[in-house]
Amino acid sequence: MRRAPLSLRLRLVLQLLGIAAVLAIVLYFTVRTVADQAAEATQDGVLGAATLAIAESLQGGEDGVGVDLPYEAFSILGSISADRVFYRIEAGGQTLTGYEDLPLPEAAGAAVAPVFYSRAYRDTEVRIAAVNRMVLVARKPVPVLVLVAQTRQGQEAIAQRVAQRAAALGLGSFALAAVLSLLTAGNVLRPINRLADAVGRRGPHDLRSVDQPTPAELRPLIFALNGFIARLRGALSRTETFIAEAAHHIRTPLATVRARAEIAMRQSNSEETRETLRAVIRAVEESSRSAGQLLDHATVVYRSDRMADEALDLAKLVEAQAEAFRPTADLKDLTIRVTGTDQPVTVRGDRPLIEAALRNLLDNAIKYSPDETTVDLSLATGTEARIEVSDRGRGLSGQAQARLAKRFARGKNAGDIIGSGLGLTIVEEVAAAHGGRFELTERDGGGACARLFLPLG
Amino acid sequence: MRAIVLALGLILHACLAAGFPVEEEMLFPAPETERRELSILSTTDTGVLRPLIAAFQVREPDVAVRYTVASSQAVYAAIHDEGLSFDLVISSAMDLQMKLANDGFSAPHDSTATDRLPAWAHWQDRLYAFAQENVVLIASRSGLGGLPLPQTRRDLIELLRGHPDRFRGRIGTYDPELSGAGYLFATQDARQSDSFWRLAEVMGGLAPRLYTSSNEMITDLKQGRLVLAYNVLGSYAEPRLAGDDDAVVIELEDHTLTLLRTGLIPVTARAPDLGGQFLDFLLAPEGQRLLRDEAGLPRIDEAALSRGPHLRPMRLEPGLLVFLDGLKRRGFLDEWAAALSQD
Amino acid sequence: MRYLLVEDNPDLAQSVADRLRLDGHAVDPAASLAEARDCLAAAPYDLILLDISLPDGDGRNFLAAERRSGRDTPIIVMTARAEVSDRVDVLDLGADDYVTKPFDFAELEARCRAVLRRRGSALQTVQHFAGLTFNPLNASLSVDGELRELRNRELRLLEILLAAPERIFSKGQICDRLFSYAESVTDNAIEVYVARLRKKLEGSGARIETVRGIGYRLTSG
Repeated sequence: MRRAPLSLRLRLVLQLLGIAAVLAIVLYFTVRTVADQAAEATQDGVLGAATLAIAESLQGGEDGVGVDLPYEAFSILGSISADRVFYRIEAGGQTLTGYEDLPLPEAAGAAVAPVFYSRAYRDTEVRIAAVNRMVLVARKPVPVLVLVAQTRQGQEAIAQRVAQRAAALGLGSFALAAVLSLLTAGNVLRPINRLADAVGRRGPHDLRSVDQPTPAELRPLIFALNGFIARLRGALSRTETFIAEAAHHIRTPLATVRARAEIAMRQSNSEETRETLRAVIRAVEESSRSAGQLLDHATVVYRSDRMADEALDLAKLVEAQAEAFRPTADLKDLTIRVTGTDQPVTVRGDRPLIEAALRNLLDNAIKYSPDETTVDLSLATGTEARIEVSDRGRGLSGQAQARLAKRFARGKNAGDIIGSGLGLTIVEEVAAAHGGRFELTERDGGGACARLFLPLG
Repeated sequence: MRAIVLALGLILHACLAAGFPVEEEMLFPAPETERRELSILSTTDTGVLRPLIAAFQVREPDVAVRYTVASSQAVYAAIHDEGLSFDLVISSAMDLQMKLANDGFSAPHDSTATDRLPAWAHWQDRLYAFAQENVVLIASRSGLGGLPLPQTRRDLIELLRGHPDRFRGRIGTYDPELSGAGYLFATQDARQSDSFWRLAEVMGGLAPRLYTSSNEMITDLKQGRLVLAYNVLGSYAEPRLAGDDDAVVIELEDHTLTLLRTGLIPVTARAPDLGGQFLDFLLAPEGQRLLRDEAGLPRIDEAALSRGPHLRPMRLEPGLLVFLDGLKRRGFLDEWAAALSQD
Repeated sequence: MRYLLVEDNPDLAQSVADRLRLDGHAVDPAASLAEARDCLAAAPYDLILLDISLPDGDGRNFLAAERRSGRDTPIIVMTARAEVSDRVDVLDLGADDYVTKPFDFAELEARCRAVLRRRGSALQTVQHFAGLTFNPLNASLSVDGELRELRNRELRLLEILLAAPERIFSKGQICDRLFSYAESVTDNAIEVYVARLRKKLEGSGARIETVRGIGYRLTSG
């Protein structure tokens, strides 16, 4: 199983923290090293000065080497830190004075400048400065070695203090870096979050390019996203075009078939032949109706993305649709009764979409109405505009509207009536696109009542 | 080094009974059931610290205190060379105490009491000063016979030069060869100013009497055998000369040395915690008060130093080791002898 | 009536023309906009049936040009595209109505009639038979000067029978022209309309005779 990759924020924070930790550690050791070196250099300087002072007090003579330990040489060692002091003066291999067991340097050259070395001595560690001098004893040069040693507690105390400061400094800078890295991560990721928000807030059909101002690093993403959106839009658009083309290409031959079938029917006296022709015509009608509704639906979906937002007078639209359907209704001796259109009712929206909804509502009502009945088409306003289409058809037979409006669903009792079932889906989608709603109920006294609610403009 | 040991050996030999020359040993039994024993090795007379021991035992009634008094060299040798076991070592010989601490014979000790000490009153966490004592000149008014009291070493030298007959055989000072304290005072004087050597030369011409303790000099001054005693511990002189109209304690204005009486807990201590407790008691306000009021030892007082610009406290520092060096010591004492035995 | 049928698909053009001629209309087919313009120049038409996609141009341009030229021959657009916006377009451009292919001829006829009626057409379609005066355009029937309202199905039934008086129409033939093919109708349904129409014809010389087992005929006997 693949583990989900770490979040960018966590990753960024962890990496920044890692860097901060490394820097803090480097800082700690650098400060320590530098401070240690400085402390050691200071101690060496004082030790060296003390050693040289003693070496300068060496005196030759007839009977031996004379030493006059300068008080200040030792005093100055105590002035820097309260450290223990040891010394040893060796002449010609014999310890003249001092601590006989103080370790000698490994290579005691005739150095003018002191050599420094660290050794374990007694119960502690000491830093030793050694200086070599030739002294004339009875006119013969005798090598004299002067050692001055000092414990390193003072230096260690300094180192300890410095280490604590360095640790505090390291921790402090790490803590600061941690806070900054959190802020930075938030800051760096904000454009991504904003982008995600902007894309996430979009409606299901919003296929505009993303034009959110974004940092340069995100531009490839935006570019890719927009490319994808464009392809998606292209694919959708091709689908719409394809449906439109398909509908177009199927309709003309269907029209020919239908016309031929009707002619044949008129000319035939054989009931069997006519029955066959009727079936043909029914099939043609069903095909063309399906094609029409598919087309309507595709158009509605397509237009929902780029809806016009104009002020429309619903009263006029309702009247016009009623008028357009009158010849069709006449064929069944149906009456279309229009009420509530005596004064304008303004809504904002897309005219073709609203017309498609009205057409499908009326088409449905006429289709399901028994001969010589009335289809009531009423327009009313309250807090919103309401278009109501009532028929005396077979009603809903208790089926839920949600199911009826589902694409390709048809009422169980639609039976012989031709329809693809897309009609109500179209109405519902138009309502949703306008921020309205659609409901379908049983009508008192039989039939169905469809209501389309649209917000007033 | 070997020279010191040799020299000490000679000194010690004179008064050595069995290995370790004890001047006095006293046991203070525990007021209640004894559970622990604190053994103190000290150069300070038992009488001086008795009130403090008693006060300590009030706080710690189950502690018996064994108080051993020896000379400063004997104290040093007991720890440094013989490795004897004591829980606390008290000495006025700062140099020897410093050497014990420097050479690693002192155990570390830290407490709230030691934290209060000023920096100059301790060395690391190994050596702590609990009293500061000035080294003074004492004089007898009658002995001086109306001569002005000297306020500086220059005054003193002129006084001695001007009236050699009056002072011949009637000047006292420490014998640095035999007295550790005398050696310390002399070397520190020599460090402070060249007038010390001129003084030594002048004194040398006046047959000075050499002593090994301040008390003897005070006694001889009081009894009229001395007119002047140079480098006497003020803490001893002041209580004994208080109420004596004839004797004067003079802090010389060119410089007056200040000695620090110090304590350390040897690494060989059997009960270092008890040693530490007693040391803390000495350093604590109550102990400091008792030291001043009952023992007559001036307490550690930084303000006193700033009030007296002539005061030169000897610092607890490795410089003190210099004059303990065998070669250095021989050189110094040779010079001292030469200065004293002129003419 | 005289139709100009502008349709480039020859099969469909032929079929529609044939079908319209069955109802006794005159149809001139035109396969392109150029042909349509020629026909219009040569003779007056009662109605133009106009396809949108034509080889030499868009029917909508033709429509707009016709309207601009001031000729007001009614135009019904036959569209195959039937996109929502197309329908709106053609009406805005001046079409009188539109039908979506494939169309129901009954509906087409109804729409043609509605268009002509709206236009107040001077077209003389009045028929006389045995004391009846019948104008299918405005669905008016008068018997001896007395006006009688006809409903749509009664009108069409009368139209069917009046097209060939004395001829016997089978119930099936009548059914097919009276009802949508989608509806399943019984012979009884026809009897209802025949009975109603007989009532409307009372007082005239015309009557509908039931030819048992075959169908109906209109006779003045």
